[in-house]
Amino acid sequence: MKLLRAILVRLMTMSVTLIGAAVVVFFVIRVVPGNPIAMMLPPGATEDDIARLTALYGLDKSIIEQFWIWLSGVVQGDFGTSISLRQPVMPLVLGRLPATLELAIFALVIAVVIGGALALTGVRHRETRTETAVDVANGVGLSIPDFLWALILIVLFGVLMPVFHISGRISPSLDLPFVTQFYVFESVARLRFDLWWDLLKHMFMPALALAIPLAAIISQLLKQSLKETMHLDYVTLARTKGYGENHVILSEALPNAVLPTLTLIGVQFTFLIGGTVIIERLFSYEGLGNMAIDAVINRDLPLIQGIVIVFALLFTLINLAVDMMYALLNPRLRHA
Amino acid sequence: MLDGRGSVKRKLGARLWLSGTWLGIMAVLALFAPLISPHDPLAQDLFAGRLPPFWVAGADPAYLLGTDSLGRDVLTRILHGARIAFSVALVAGLATAFVGSLLGLLAGYMRGWVDVVISRLVEIWMAFPPVLFAILLIAVLGTGLTSIIIAIVVIDWTRFCRVVRAEAMNQSAMDYVSSAIVAGRPRRDILWREILPNVLPTMVALLTLEMGIAVIVEAILSFVNLSISTDAPTWGGMIAEGRTSIHQAWWVLAFPLGVLFLTVLSFSQFGEGLKDRFDPVLR
Repeated sequence: MKLLRAILVRLMTMSVTLIGAAVVVFFVIRVVPGNPIAMMLPPGATEDDIARLTALYGLDKSIIEQFWIWLSGVVQGDFGTSISLRQPVMPLVLGRLPATLELAIFALVIAVVIGGALALTGVRHRETRTETAVDVANGVGLSIPDFLWALILIVLFGVLMPVFHISGRISPSLDLPFVTQFYVFESVARLRFDLWWDLLKHMFMPALALAIPLAAIISQLLKQSLKETMHLDYVTLARTKGYGENHVILSEALPNAVLPTLTLIGVQFTFLIGGTVIIERLFSYEGLGNMAIDAVINRDLPLIQGIVIVFALLFTLINLAVDMMYALLNPRLRHA
Repeated sequence: MLDGRGSVKRKLGARLWLSGTWLGIMAVLALFAPLISPHDPLAQDLFAGRLPPFWVAGADPAYLLGTDSLGRDVLTRILHGARIAFSVALVAGLATAFVGSLLGLLAGYMRGWVDVVISRLVEIWMAFPPVLFAILLIAVLGTGLTSIIIAIVVIDWTRFCRVVRAEAMNQSAMDYVSSAIVAGRPRRDILWREILPNVLPTMVALLTLEMGIAVIVEAILSFVNLSISTDAPTWGGMIAEGRTSIHQAWWVLAFPLGVLFLTVLSFSQFGEGLKDRFDPVLR
């Protein structure tokens, strides 16, 4: 009962946040100088033509009226029509979202693997030079944002030792049998491992750039929790039973130390998704973020609104999922 | 134990020293850039395009770090870029700290509806991808230094607000605040004279981190070509230009990237070092 009420309250605040985000974006972008309609017409278009198209996109009405029209459309799943691409916004956004999600999930996997490995190494060899090295790696990884890691990776592995692709999502010469936009998942499902490998080779650099700061955060927090757990009585007991150090860390300490890190990963995952905007641009990866930057440059108001709302929805959903996962995993909250 | 404390302290000291030295050198170079730069940052010389740095064959020793595709001196542009980067870091950092901390202090100390409104605003702000928000704001405000600074403040005030709010709530629960209330001191007085001084160390450490972030945001906006003007010597602009000619002239990208890397790393390490130094447990 208590849990149900908590979820209801969360859903309420979530919708307030989403509507707030919609209001902020809607009004901010309508202050943008530069008429999007004038930009889509060829030079020499008459005043009449401009006025007609402005009315067609509803841009002649007051901002409050425009917001109301837009919001009632959104509730029915209609996000309007893109001005620069002249297609409905919803399919455009949904067509790009899978590329961004695949990139973000791949980055998350890399971050968990690297971060977890660093933390375990640091704890296994604590109070030695190895731990100091892990600490230094964490410090540098945390200090430098994904944008700079991406550039460094481009210089190192795109130019000096060109082993990975630094542009695009998949090699343009390949024949694509896909019906969904989830290329990575679909290529596995179709057992087309040649395509799968090509996709991964394109995704690896941008995903790694996104993953490094998160890996450092994971490593730092997990190592700290593990070290605290290692002093607890039950871990000492396991040791006196004669279990080896590896067993003690992995089977005894880790399950109890992992909860704070899991929560943190959830929160940080939204930051990682936010980072895809500029990373996709850097690597010419055809995802939602790259489309968003083009939309801003083209003053494509309906498309900008649609993309921002989808991002905001994604972020709030992830936060909700994190809270629910925390409630399920934390025994103290579960039985409350 | 004593030994352990000593080594922790030494490590902290080295971190503050190294990062502080780099930031100090860059600040001085930025300040005197027009006096010490070997060339004009905007002067083009198409016959001296893409000259390599001095140790590579075919270099002209007049251009120590080489030239870009338009024949502009890379070293000069890095020095002048430092001026822009440090101005943005200082002004945007301070303004962000001011706005965010003020709202955070109010929310954390006043609680009630003030806290509800401010916290809800923070939550709305957190629902935007920051880079997209920045690009959007620059589209609204137009390019230029002032726009960049405003954009950074508008986007990043939440970073200060969240931390300072939590810290102000912690401090409000302390005994010294209760005794000040019992002594009949006015609320405003308690906020400015008791709580603010105790939150200040956290704010200073955050400010240093924020300055590093401001440098990055400026670079990202220059990279998307929305910063100042395509000609102006910004690190982000140089990186964007270098990215396009990376296979012909790696130095156009590598040098500004290296300087940016060390500067951002130093700001962050300096902030972390300060945070530890202020931490009463470690001290």
